[in-house]
Formats: sequence, structure tokens, C-alpha cells
Amino acid sequence: MSGGEQVLIPPVARAKKRGRWFLIGALAVAASAFALITAGGIGKNLVYYWGPTELHAAGDKAVGATIRLGGLVAPGSLKNNSGASGLEFDVIDRQGGRVHVRSTSVPPQMFREKIGVVVEGTMTRDGWFESNRLMVSHSNEYRVPSEDARVDVQKLIKSTDGLEPEKAAKP
Amino acid sequence: MTPLLGRSLVLVSLLLAGAGAVTAFAAGRSRSAVLWMWTRRLIYGFAAAMGAANLLMITALLRHDFSVGYVAHVGSRLVPDWVSVVSLWSSLEGSILFWGLVLGAYLAAATHAQRDAPLESAPYSAGVWMVCAAFFALLIAGPAQPFNTVSPVPADGPGPNPLLQNHVLMIIHPPCLYLGYVGMTIPFGLACGALLSGRLGRDQLLALRRWLLLPWIFLTMAIVLGGWWAYEVLGWGGYWAWDPVENASFMPWLTATAALHSALLTERRGVLKGWTTTLVLATFLLTILGTFMTRSGVFNSVHSFTQSAIGPTILVFLSAALLFSVGLLAARIDRLSADEGLGPAMTREGMFLVNNLLFVLFTFTVLIGTVFPLVVEALRDLQMSVGRPFFDRMSVPIGVSLLFLLGVGPALPWGRSSPAEMRRALLPPLASGLVLLAVGLVMGVRAYWTLAALACGGYAAHVTLVELVRPLRQRFARGEAFARAASDGLLGRARRRTGGYVAHAGFTLIVIGIAVSSTMGESREVVLRQGESVAVGRYQLTFLGLEEKSEPHRQATVANVAVYQGERNLGTMTPRMNRYAAMREPVGTPTVRTTLREDLYLSIMNADPEKQTLGLLVRVNPMVVWLWIATGIMALGGVMALIPRRRPVVATVSASVPVAPPGAAAAS
Repeated sequence: MSGGEQVLIPPVARAKKRGRWFLIGALAVAASAFALITAGGIGKNLVYYWGPTELHAAGDKAVGATIRLGGLVAPGSLKNNSGASGLEFDVIDRQGGRVHVRSTSVPPQMFREKIGVVVEGTMTRDGWFESNRLMVSHSNEYRVPSEDARVDVQKLIKSTDGLEPEKAAKP
Repeated sequence: MTPLLGRSLVLVSLLLAGAGAVTAFAAGRSRSAVLWMWTRRLIYGFAAAMGAANLLMITALLRHDFSVGYVAHVGSRLVPDWVSVVSLWSSLEGSILFWGLVLGAYLAAATHAQRDAPLESAPYSAGVWMVCAAFFALLIAGPAQPFNTVSPVPADGPGPNPLLQNHVLMIIHPPCLYLGYVGMTIPFGLACGALLSGRLGRDQLLALRRWLLLPWIFLTMAIVLGGWWAYEVLGWGGYWAWDPVENASFMPWLTATAALHSALLTERRGVLKGWTTTLVLATFLLTILGTFMTRSGVFNSVHSFTQSAIGPTILVFLSAALLFSVGLLAARIDRLSADEGLGPAMTREGMFLVNNLLFVLFTFTVLIGTVFPLVVEALRDLQMSVGRPFFDRMSVPIGVSLLFLLGVGPALPWGRSSPAEMRRALLPPLASGLVLLAVGLVMGVRAYWTLAALACGGYAAHVTLVELVRPLRQRFARGEAFARAASDGLLGRARRRTGGYVAHAGFTLIVIGIAVSSTMGESREVVLRQGESVAVGRYQLTFLGLEEKSEPHRQATVANVAVYQGERNLGTMTPRMNRYAAMREPVGTPTVRTTLREDLYLSIMNADPEKQTLGLLVRVNPMVVWLWIATGIMALGGVMALIPRRRPVVATVSASVPVAPPGAAAAS
């Protein structure tokens, strides 16, 4: 800053101005790149919250997508294979939708027929829902969800938001 | 009687806060010392009323006074006393009441510290604080009223959420979080005061930095304690899941950290005043957004409190605060002009800027991922969430870049430097980076980002250590004795600098710990019959059997699992499944065997006492304990930087007293 004479100021100011435009340009480029990456990242990593009926309505879109399927474990559908495939059961909703589920995870303590569950996984071409994560939803009141078919699927799935296999309350 | 008294106390605090806001702004306009004095008294009054209301609630909880609505909601005669006290913050209404207590304490302390501050901005700051205080008092008096009268009075209550009774961390984590969250009100008020008065002087900047640093320390600890609690209690084996509630606490931490760094640059060079205040304002807004997300039920997460009417109220406050902040910034930011330009990019100043940019980018990423599902649901009535891979993919490069900067930034000299100087500063730490990289490769690390984190971590650790001992070396070179050099060079005048580098060392360790623990672990889900064994990592586990235990407030199924490492018996681990009377659902409690190298983590997924079978989650998590240690280091660094310098002694020394030692004089 020793060269503070009048003569020197205009070029410095011009350089400053050029620097500022350069900075704004660089920021704009960085911001748009960031926006693009973020948009792409979100698009690829969405987790859809669907019930059996909505899952069927989605058709091919469901194949390969990450889905949280919520519903009721259909009475009489539970098969506990001790083999590699683990559990098999059907998830139903009140609109009469039904999805066959294969789950490889060890079920939580509360898991049984006629209970509201949320399974995370994806649809395969042969019509099975393959899941590696099985959650019995905790409601906010920490009671087991409703045991009849009138369960509100969306509410049920939402109750597992952020739920890693057995995760719950933290203020 | 108690409910009536409680409601009166809350109303009194509301009145005091309202009156305080009015006198504070009047004092700011008229610069009247008398009004400022009355404002301070009203603030102390608010703090006292809030303190009394909280004391009353704790007494009611301890005495099981079920005529109080909140006690009837969360209290129970069966729980131990410490759980009764913790119940204060275990549910929605009590947590807001506790918020009031913490806010009162912060306001009283900050007001006391600001009592002699110039009248041009201090009253404005107090006015903004009191508006916030009035809002929270209103929340307690209205939608979150904990002092409802219950009749008929029930004989017993359900007790607090069992997950909160499951671990002692629940005593520390929530108060820590509130001390972090609520404390951000103070720098917000200070920044608003600076904007309203149109001046951000050196004294204000120091106050701003200090009052930002204090809640930052608590927030840092709270975030990690929350992760630790999740790890020790929830049983899924990890400590972070990018849950909306976790993100809510993380976002203000990011902006506050950015603000701490830019404030340093403001202090040193007089630049970025507007930017620093913007970050402080954003931090406060993010804490309110977080409060809204956890308390409104929009994220129906099991993490958050039950739905209630307080959501819309907070949303209104958030919108008002946002409009006020943006308006204030737009109107006044040009008054906080820079004293000089920023200079070239490859300097320490330049690295500060990049650091800030990265922190803001990080905040945006988390914000977008968290809020996106809400927006989609509002616009198109579709329900979805943004999956964890998004957050991981975005945060890993940003986190490693931050670590890279943490090495390069402090290595670079302030101001312009010659290429030779730059080489001398930047090249030597590369050796440590390469060494750590080699260690990682030998230990079997193959994930690219983990290797990058190790290399950057080695580099950063080298730079940090060199900077830490630099003042010592200079003093040794001048022939000072060790104790003298250490106390003056690290703790005396240089305390802030040392604190900063200690915090950097902690951060370096955390990033390395996260990188290693999240990529080098092993996880298996197994179903075992009695007597069966399984090998995971270096461990052999044998399921010995289940036993039932009966405790005053719960029943438990305990699994006995013998753990061997080769021939060595490491003892029996006992993960359990607790059942509480108030709920039908059992709660698993994992056990963790912690060593400096790795954790062995056992969590029951299901247990059948009749068939004696056990569904078990077994995880080997390397280096997790270093996260907790590193957080302690970071907090320690923060505390070191926070402790005020000694006041000038020269003026008060009388003639008969020996002259203060040179170190003390230098410290002033």
C-alpha cells in the first residue's frame, strides 16, 4: 500500500474491477455446477413412499427405484425360510393391493402377521419386492401401529422417516 | 395451586420480555442510559421468572404432582429421581420451558457483559433478544403450556419415553444442544444491533466472536453426543443417518463455524463485515428452522416430538425473523464497508474465503436434501425422502476438501508471498500426508475417499502441529525456559491462536475417524441357537443363552454372548431387550466393547426365550472412539480460545507492589 499516490489509483481500480468480474463469473460457474450436481444427486437418490396399490400403479418405474413400501403383513402369508432368502410375506393395503415381499434382513422383535410394516427395497422384473431392510414402525406415541387393514399407509411410512433399522426418539 | 403459580410465572416472564423489548428499542433510539438500565433490570427479571418456572416444574416432577399437566403427561412414580429431572426436557412442552430457562440465563449473562457497551448498539441488541424471549414466553404461555391444570388428578403417569431412560447420555445431550441452539440468539442480537446502528467496531466484533464461540462449543459437543447416544442406544450400529433432526442441528453448526472463521478475517483485516453478520443471522434462522422441523410434526420422524399447534406459531416467527434479517441486511449492509481489499487468492486470506464458500455449500446441500421432500409434498402431494446416498455423495468431497484446506490454509503465510516462500511452506507437510496414506494402504484401506482423507489428514496434522509448537520453538531459540515458554507461548497471549489449532487437530481426527469407521467396518446379521458360534472380524462369538431380569421400572431379556479373540477370552457381552410397563414394544439396548482400535457392537434384533434363539446384529466399527475423543479436543480448543485475556494490570498496580512480570504486561 506504499504506492498510494493519485496517479496509481486508476489502474489499481481497474484491476480491482476486473478481479471482481472474474470472481463473480467464477462464483456463477461454481454455483451452477453445484446446482446441477445437487439436482442430479437428488433425482437419483429419491426414496419413494408407496403403498401396494401405488406401487402397482407406478409399473416399470418401480423396477430398480428405491422404495419404502408400507402396509400390513397379510394374514397367513408369512413364510420363514431358514435358507438364504430369509423371510417371505405379502404386504396389503385397504384398497386391496398386494405385493409379495422377499426380505433378507433379520426381522425385529415385534414382527408378525397383521402388523404394520415398512420395507425398503426395490421391485424386480418377476414381480417380487426385494428388501434388505424391514422396519416395524414406531408411532410417535411409541405404540405398535394399528392392527387392522384400515391403516393409513402414508402415515405409517412417514413414521419411519430417518429410521435406520431400530432407531427412535431423540429431542 | 402449582399449575396456577406456574402459569403466573410464565405470564410474568412474557410481560417482562415485552416491556424489555419496548424499553430496549427506546433506549437505542434515545441513547438514554436510564432506559438502558431499566432494560437490563427487565432482562434479569425475565431470567429470574423463567428460572423460577423451571424450578417449580422440576419440583413438581420430583414430587410427582400429577395435578400439573406436563407431570401427568411424562411423570411416573416408578422411575428413578434422575429420570424425573431429565423428564423436564424429554417432551415437547417441557423442552420449550427449558428453552426459556437457557435463554434467560444467556440473556442475563450477555446483558451483564454488555452493561458498559456503547449505547449506540447494545440496547438494539437487547431489544432483538427480548423480542425472541417474548416469542418463546408466548409459546410457553399458549400452545406449549406445561402448567395445565389436570382434574381429576391421576394416581400415576406413563413416565417419559423409555428410550430416554435407556442411557445416561440423555442427561447431557439435550442440555448441551439447547445451550448451543438457544445461545445462537445472542450473536444474532449482537449482529442485528450492529446492523441497526450501522457500525461493527472492534469491540462489537470481539463480543460477537466470543458469544458465537460459546454456543458453538456446546453445539459441537451436542451434535456428537447425539450421535454417541444414537450409537449406544438405538442399536442399528451407526452414529449418523442424515435424519432431518440431525441435519437440523448440523446446519447451524456449519454456518456458525464459517462465521467464526470469517470473523477472524474481519478482525484482522477489517474485511467481510457484511458477510460475517450474514452468516450469524443465517445461523440463528437455521436454529429456528431446526426447531420448527423437530417440533411441528412435518417430519413425522420418531426422532421428533409429537405433532402440535406450536408448528405454525414457530413458522410465523421464522418467517418474520427471515424477513427482518433480509430487510435489515439489504438496508444496512453497505454501511459495514470494508477497510481494505482482499488481495490475491493464494494467501491465507484467500483460503479463508474458500473455507467459507465450502461451509456455505455444505449448508446448502444439507438444507436442500432436508427440505426438498417437504416442498415436493406441499406442491404435488407426493411423499418421499432424499436417500442417504445423496448426502454421502455430496458431503464426502466437501468434508475432504475442508480437511485439505485445513492443511493448506494455515501453512500459507498471510499476505502475498514469493514462490520460494510458498514452496517452503507447502512442501514439507506432504511427507506426513504420504506417510499416513502409506499406513492406510498397508492397513488395507482401498476406498479412494478414505485414502484422500488420510492423505489430507496427515498433511493437516503436520501443519497443525508445526503451528502449535512454533511459538515454543521461537521462545526456545531466544533461550527461555520450558515452563515459561509453554505458559506464554501457548497459554498466555497466544491462547486464542493455540485454541484454534487445538480445535483444528480435533477436526482432523474426526474426519479421519469418520472416513475409516464408515468404510472399514464389518457388519453381519445372524440368527443363533443356544451354543452356536459365529466369527466376525477378529472375534468369535458364542451365544450362551437368554435370561430374564426384573428391574423396578422395566423387564429385560438379556442375551449372554461369550467373546473370544483367538484363544483369548474377552469376557461375556450382554445386549438386552428392555420392556417398559407403559408400552407394548420392547426396546433393544446394544452393548459395545470399545478399544482404541475398534468397537465390537452387539445389538439384539429379536430374541425368543422359549426356543432360545437370538437374532443378532454384529458390527466391528474401527476407530469410533476417536470421534468422541476428537470432539473433546475440539471443545477444549474452543474453551481455550474463549477464555478472555487478562485485563491490563499496569493501571492498577500501586507503587509498593513489584512491577508485573513482562509476560503479564504483554498479555494485556
